[in-house]
Amino acid sequence: MASKFTRSNSTGWMMAGPAAALMALFIVLPFIFAIGLSFTNQRLISPNPTQFVGLSNYSQLLGVGLLTLAPERDDAGAIVREANGSPTYPALRGYTRNNEGYPQLDGMREWFSISLGDSRTYVLARDVVFMKAVVNTVIFVLVVAPVQGGLALVLALLINQRLRGINFFRAIYFMPVVVSIVVVSLLWRFIYDGQSGLLNNLLSALTLGAFPRIDWLGNPSTALGAIIAMSIWQAVGFHMVIWLSGLQTISPSLYEAAAIEGASPWQTFRYVTWPGLRNTAVLVLIVITMQAFALFSQIDVMTSGGPLDSTQTIVFQAVERGYGKQDISGGSTISVILFVFVLAVSLLQRWLTREKK
Amino acid sequence: MKSLSLLAASLVCASAMSSAAFAQTTLTMWYHGAGNEVESNIINQIISDFNASQSDWVVEIESFPQAAYNDSVVAGALAGNLPDILDVDGPVMPNWAWSGYMQPLQIDETKIANYLPGTKGVWNGELYSIGLWDAAISLVTRQSYLDELGLRVPTLEQPWTGEEFMDALAKAKASGKFDYALDLGTAWTGEWYPYAFSPFLQSFGGDIVDRATYTTAEGVLNGDAAVEFGNWWQGLFTEGYAQATQDPADRDNGFNSGKYAFSWNGNWAALGTLDAYDDVLFLPAPDFGNGPKIGAASWQFGVSASSEHPEGASAFIEFALQDKYLAEFSNGIGLIPATASAAAMTENYKEGGPLAVFFELSEAQALVRPVTPGYVVAAKVFEKALADIANGADVQDTLDSAVNEIDADIAKNDNYGF
Repeated sequence: MASKFTRSNSTGWMMAGPAAALMALFIVLPFIFAIGLSFTNQRLISPNPTQFVGLSNYSQLLGVGLLTLAPERDDAGAIVREANGSPTYPALRGYTRNNEGYPQLDGMREWFSISLGDSRTYVLARDVVFMKAVVNTVIFVLVVAPVQGGLALVLALLINQRLRGINFFRAIYFMPVVVSIVVVSLLWRFIYDGQSGLLNNLLSALTLGAFPRIDWLGNPSTALGAIIAMSIWQAVGFHMVIWLSGLQTISPSLYEAAAIEGASPWQTFRYVTWPGLRNTAVLVLIVITMQAFALFSQIDVMTSGGPLDSTQTIVFQAVERGYGKQDISGGSTISVILFVFVLAVSLLQRWLTREKK
Repeated sequence: MKSLSLLAASLVCASAMSSAAFAQTTLTMWYHGAGNEVESNIINQIISDFNASQSDWVVEIESFPQAAYNDSVVAGALAGNLPDILDVDGPVMPNWAWSGYMQPLQIDETKIANYLPGTKGVWNGELYSIGLWDAAISLVTRQSYLDELGLRVPTLEQPWTGEEFMDALAKAKASGKFDYALDLGTAWTGEWYPYAFSPFLQSFGGDIVDRATYTTAEGVLNGDAAVEFGNWWQGLFTEGYAQATQDPADRDNGFNSGKYAFSWNGNWAALGTLDAYDDVLFLPAPDFGNGPKIGAASWQFGVSASSEHPEGASAFIEFALQDKYLAEFSNGIGLIPATASAAAMTENYKEGGPLAVFFELSEAQALVRPVTPGYVVAAKVFEKALADIANGADVQDTLDSAVNEIDADIAKNDNYGF
């Protein structure tokens, strides 16, 4: 079973050639370098020779440990409790710093902890910031992919009508896409400003001053949400256009047939439009997912990963380490981990959205 | 290519015999001050004076915006494409020298004997960079505020103690007249954090790295003194004296429009404050137990390692070290001139001038940031630790992990040669 690729097709290869060569040179080759560098201690610039360090960059990033501590007891054997009744535990740094009894925990930090009865189990990580970056990125993807895709579809359906002035709306929805994300991020910094930002002023005007002013980007509980909302708004127009192109490939005769059969608008969407958008949906989902994993510019401009690591992301950490802290090997390691991660997610998505025969 | 340069060389030789003017060698120079017209005019003036003063060298300048300057130099070094003359931020110099993209200056040491210590970039016993100016920080307030709050005016001989400082903040807050008692400038992310705030830590008795060995931060950045500093720092925000996140506009105009009672700010912002009020006071840093401290060292000039004409580059730098240029920079953009004789020539720093106090602060309290190639990374770690503590992170844990990160970086770099 010879595929189109293996059959002699020199014209095709010649046409694909320039693009394939450029991608090999600027994407594949650097990536192979990154894999190689992730096993060394390469610095951005250093007079020291590069050394092979095996998997230590990976274990430094991904190392986790468990520690279960019993509560502290006083001389009578009763549990020492804090004012609010929760038991007190010995300080973690007694175990994670220069404690010869726990060499595997040396240098680790608390990531999170769970209470089981009176004792408390701590999940420690060697690189808590990276772990938080992974969690934040996953949250970002999980929220942005469905919401942005869904919103883009709604917008596409709204503007896929023959109405006077519809082009005006198409232009409006698409506008944020053509503005640089850096500019958009700077503008939204003003919108989210904690003192006199547009959003705070709007909310306070709508609620007659009842809504408290929130420092959207300065508060760990709102910062990531603020960036998610802004990111969805910024790129929704792009995916709207892809949906729109999908909508326009659906034959009008199908809609006519549905109308003759007396289908309701919902039934038309469910049984005509949606099946016709199948391939578009797969494309939109995968594109959004991959773009969302690459979240960087908004973070760099708006929060730099703060406050309290609530907006750290994988790519931001890769750049921060590789360039900011001049640790190319650390940055490369993060890139490789991200690649494996995104590859796994994409393969999973492909499998889930495969044509079922 | 080879034959072409041979041809060029022989042409140069031939013309050198006929006319000396043709023998001029071009020196390239990078500068961080793009976007500031006054600053550009002064540096261009120095360059054209230098080019006119001799016939061997022609200096050509290329300016970068400050925010992109360090990255440009690192990228230039990676690409093997550095200019002959660089300017470099004082604490970054050891990193660039160690990484091998700067070389020692060849200038007459007697010319800089009377320069402020913070202006001399010395690494491994050799002078790599020299500044025409220094910068200093003071606690800015108004005499009328102090009178109203019933506070004594601290002096260089008798600065406020930590308790007096906190008492002042408490009184300013209790007065209800200000949005916040203290403007720390948390809006200025980046080098401002270690520059402005690590002197507090040093005054408590801690430091960013152990300056005795420069191979670890253990004990100095997470010891008792540092934890005491961290708790104090966190208290500034939990007590509501200062903002952990600040609107950049408030940093620029907040004190001048009466939002803050005190502002921790540099001499470069002082001219604007003098315009806003007529009773401005520039107070020395408070003493938290180990003496009052402020940061030292600003931008300095150096020669890149790849320069083929270091003698020419050094000649230019030596030429720039004239009191009149020091004074011009000071008059133009408010910087502290590097010598007392140049200070005497300026409007603001001469004896009795409105900013003369900064010259004294610089002489009396200034401490350079740790002189090590690892400073570049340590500074970023320190900044993140302070931001986290300000936002409510556990002090001891945060400082411990900062120590881990700094120590891991030092180890990764074979102790940076120490």
